[in-house]
Amino acid sequence: MPQLRQKILVLYLHTPDLNSNVVAWSMYDGTGSTTPTTGDSDKPPYNSVVEAMQHGWRVVQFPQQFPAYPGMEYSTSYLRFEYILEKMEEIDD
Amino acid sequence: MIDKKYLLDSKQMANFVADGYLRFDELVPTALNEAVHAEMEDHGIGRGTAGTPLSEVWSESSPIGSVFRLPEVQGMIHSLVGPDPLYDHHAVHTVQAANERGQHWHADAIIDTRMHFDIQFFYFAHDTPREMGGTMILPGSHYRRICESDVARYHNFLEQLPIVCKAGTVFVVHHGIWHCAQPNLTDRMRYMFKLRLNPTVRQMCLWNIDDLDDPSIPGILSKNHKWYGNDVRLEIVNRIKFWRFLIGDDKFDVGYWMGRLENLPENVLEAA
Repeated sequence: MPQLRQKILVLYLHTPDLNSNVVAWSMYDGTGSTTPTTGDSDKPPYNSVVEAMQHGWRVVQFPQQFPAYPGMEYSTSYLRFEYILEKMEEIDD
Repeated sequence: MIDKKYLLDSKQMANFVADGYLRFDELVPTALNEAVHAEMEDHGIGRGTAGTPLSEVWSESSPIGSVFRLPEVQGMIHSLVGPDPLYDHHAVHTVQAANERGQHWHADAIIDTRMHFDIQFFYFAHDTPREMGGTMILPGSHYRRICESDVARYHNFLEQLPIVCKAGTVFVVHHGIWHCAQPNLTDRMRYMFKLRLNPTVRQMCLWNIDDLDDPSIPGILSKNHKWYGNDVRLEIVNRIKFWRFLIGDDKFDVGYWMGRLENLPENVLEAA
């Protein structure tokens, strides 16, 4: 029985459109074969969520969209268009 | 009284407003860098009490005191936080040799809603090539309202900037800028000296304003750091508000972004 482990890819997009450009990204590797960290790449692994899907990544979470809270219309904080994707990979056991 | 030639100019201030940092490569003389490096290795830099005038924290004979008494550094301090700032705290940041993990992204302190701002110096007393780190900063992140490590999920951004520099390089940053220490793959300890200062005067036109009407300033304030995505226009609004605060002109605008929002006519036409 193969042992599967989850890899998580977090892509932050220019707009909510899944075809729009990636502006920030993170990887978390449950296989233990790599140890991603801050500042480890200058270019995103994919140009968009759709391109990641074409390489086998499954979208597991969409960002919800809310109107700006009154008084906070011009405040900025976290990146708003965050998509979480996963891929299951076999590990050597 | 500081010589005007050491003050920042308006274009530099506009870049500070847009980017949240200014960079001065190889500013500190070699002998002073070596003395401060030794002082850090020996844990010899004394700690002040938060809220003490900076001028009272380190003696003129101490190497680190001499760095912050350099006229160029005094010019930055005067331009950004005024002539007699308060010492907030300092830290000798180190990254051990052969450390492959980057620090998580964070902004210092907590959510800070002030328009008034503190500055932080990042001073690199020895050469810092990419394999040694250095500190990574995210240009234009300083208006984001986040609490310290709330942003630790992020790993990479378009236009993130690793501080790779020669000895004697000084960065001065807005207190809100996001940053993280980078891995040190060399066999030597990496040092970075950080100092936070608070203003004691209203931060308005403290720099050399001879070029205040320079035509390049609106363009500088309109930079797009790309990682904002669709929020870039909101960031320009933040910059316009900050520039208004700094120059004391609540009518200043860039590209009609604020003029449109502030157009609230109340005059009622009489019926024909």
